[in-house]
Amino acid sequence: MESTPLLSLSTFGYLFASCVYMAAFLFKSKKAGLAGTTLTALTFLLQTVALGMRWYESYQIGAGHAPLTNMYESLVFFSWSIASFYLFMEFKFKNRNLGAFAMPFAFIAMAFASSGWVDQNINPLIPALQSNWLIAHVVTCFIGYAAFAVACGIAVMYLIKNRSPKSDGLLATLPEMKVIDDIIHKCMVYGFLWLTAGIITGAIWANSAWGTYWSWDPKETWSLITWFFYAAILHARFTRGWHGSRIAWLAIGGFLCVIFTYYGVNYLLSGLHSYGGS
Amino acid sequence: MSKQRNSIWTFFASVKLALFILFILAAASIIGTILPQGETAGAYNQFFMNQLGVTGNSANILTTITFQLDLDTMYQSWWFRGLILLLSLNLIVCTIERLPDVWRLVVLDNLDTKLDRITTMRNRRGYTTTLAVKESCSAISAKLKGLGWQTSERERDNGTLLFAQKAPWSRLGVYVVHASILIIFAGAMIGSIWGEKGGVNIPETMTTDKIYQFGSGTPIDLGFTVKCNWFHLTKYANGAPKEYQSELVIIDNGEEILTKTIEVNGPLKYKGWTFYQSSYQSHQKFIITVVNSNTKTKEQFLAPPQQAVRWKEEDILFGIQELVPTPIPGNYKYKLLLADGKGGQNFYLLDDNQQVTINQADGSKYTFHIKEFFSTGLQVSKDPGVWTVYIGCTLMLIGLWVAFFIFHKRMWILVRREDDTTHIFLAATTNKNKAGFETEFDTISNGVADINKIEAQ
Ligand code: HEM
Repeated sequence: MESTPLLSLSTFGYLFASCVYMAAFLFKSKKAGLAGTTLTALTFLLQTVALGMRWYESYQIGAGHAPLTNMYESLVFFSWSIASFYLFMEFKFKNRNLGAFAMPFAFIAMAFASSGWVDQNINPLIPALQSNWLIAHVVTCFIGYAAFAVACGIAVMYLIKNRSPKSDGLLATLPEMKVIDDIIHKCMVYGFLWLTAGIITGAIWANSAWGTYWSWDPKETWSLITWFFYAAILHARFTRGWHGSRIAWLAIGGFLCVIFTYYGVNYLLSGLHSYGGS
Repeated sequence: MSKQRNSIWTFFASVKLALFILFILAAASIIGTILPQGETAGAYNQFFMNQLGVTGNSANILTTITFQLDLDTMYQSWWFRGLILLLSLNLIVCTIERLPDVWRLVVLDNLDTKLDRITTMRNRRGYTTTLAVKESCSAISAKLKGLGWQTSERERDNGTLLFAQKAPWSRLGVYVVHASILIIFAGAMIGSIWGEKGGVNIPETMTTDKIYQFGSGTPIDLGFTVKCNWFHLTKYANGAPKEYQSELVIIDNGEEILTKTIEVNGPLKYKGWTFYQSSYQSHQKFIITVVNSNTKTKEQFLAPPQQAVRWKEEDILFGIQELVPTPIPGNYKYKLLLADGKGGQNFYLLDDNQQVTINQADGSKYTFHIKEFFSTGLQVSKDPGVWTVYIGCTLMLIGLWVAFFIFHKRMWILVRREDDTTHIFLAATTNKNKAGFETEFDTISNGVADINKIEAQ
């Protein structure tokens, strides 16, 4: 498969971009910042092409389906979503220092995908997965996850800056505390909307395949737990005025829920449930 | 007494309670993802011993607790439903408490606003112009209308007060979200009261008028008959199932009402029931259809491999002598043996679901068709609440969109004539995204200054 080496290459692209963003932040270099954006954009394009190729290759081996159906493909798409969401944020908030905190997530997702722990083959789809709702479900969920990942990265940035908010050293190049706080909130709001859409499309898909839109399986339940968690954060902020480091810590906690829903459920709970099912 | 009722009311109206319930629901939901659901006491004992490494006695105690607290079916338990009921009550009371105020804001007469409120708003600007009051009012009004604002004006305090706003209804977005949650709960409740979920296996060519409830296995009468004409399984090259399909016929009052091929993700609906293709079962037997091509007599036989079958009327003997493996695991070709009554024997190799016509020496001609014999596994459900749930979901997405991305923006423009100059004062607020609105206000107020050739004060 020719797309796999290209995807592995994008791992290095994002690693490189993260390092350059970090250098731009540490050395206050505008040029390095621009280089970071260029690298991210180029890697993103490469990854988009490679995803398209993988799609095409799946048809060549007679298993034609969008590249969104197993752990490997979802990690690649997760990384792709983080990069695209981040580029959108950078454009909107005009601050390249966000990259040092957001892009490492795109790299980590790709690194994990390429690590050899994850099966990289294109597998034929079992009948239940042959549904357009599956595509809608994966796309919506992962845009949401990407927004939560970026919120988490920026929350880390907030907490770092919070240790000396008034310093005029390194941290002065970061946005004002109030602005960072606002960006975290906006990412979570955006993520919440997409997560909601993700849960709903998942329910519709389950209903069209099995006749039950909700069956409380661990994955569904964990997505709901994550949803409750973010709903609570939004209310705490909107109606009780929570902000600053409290919200930053919650954004990190929320993302841990996301990681558990995405990854932990498969690898930690499936053991129990394979027992439960036997 | 009334004081006591008040405190109960305040308790249910509080957002603190909402936060509390949301966190508790999230935390409690974890239990059922760790503890297997719907198992027997023995299985729970095993589970606790294996997973926690406790002794048999302690495992027994844990199992007793599990059953006492309904942790084995926790999402249907009284206490989990209680939490959801509490959340609903909280939402309803909170809405009754706040919606009237919000509604007042939506329909508020903003031309009545006190002027000292306007003059202290964060977004504000003042200008002067030589234009007359009337002219500058209509120019500003036209400009704002062009930008999509609704405008109105009134004579006040020796001048004219112009008011413009955008999307006052967007304040209701949050309430649409909250209502959608209740609608989804209602839909789920309708489903759990009037819905049924079950399954049935129908062997090919057979019928059923019953399904069997999940869990209990209780038969449920459908009130009509379903027939499975055929089941078909296709496989990928590695033997994994690619698609499975069944042709179902609905027979109601003895009449064939409809025929449909269903597949996974493509169910059949009839009279509120939905039939989903969910599984299949092979019986290690084969349906052999034989047609005498001359007389067109047709007969179907069910036979395991390596067993001879006799069609008495035609006096022929046949059978599958051998299953010949193909490159696709689990798929076979059939070695068909046909013997006329007079000692002649013939072999033919044919694929599954294929037919072959055999001419015999005596001039008789038979067509054979062989197919693996399956039962189709159907999940059958009736859920009159689904559409309510879907409507709730749609409303939730729309409501979230409105709540997050559409803001109620308001602008007041006071135009007064003093000392032969027209004084214009512009002020604006929004209910959300205050930082973003500052930029928008700058652009608009610059635009207003431009059209009137106004000088900034
Ligand atoms: C899972 C359940 C819930 C969801 C998904 C939800 C969703 C939302 C959303 C999206 C907002 C807007 C927040 C923002 O703009 O940042 C909101 C606001 C609000 N919610 Fe909820 N909510 C839920 C449960 C509740 C409950 C149980 C209460 C009961 C008190 C409640 C009370 C409020 C209040 C008072 C506001 C502020 C409304 C305003 O003043 O504009 N919510 N909710």
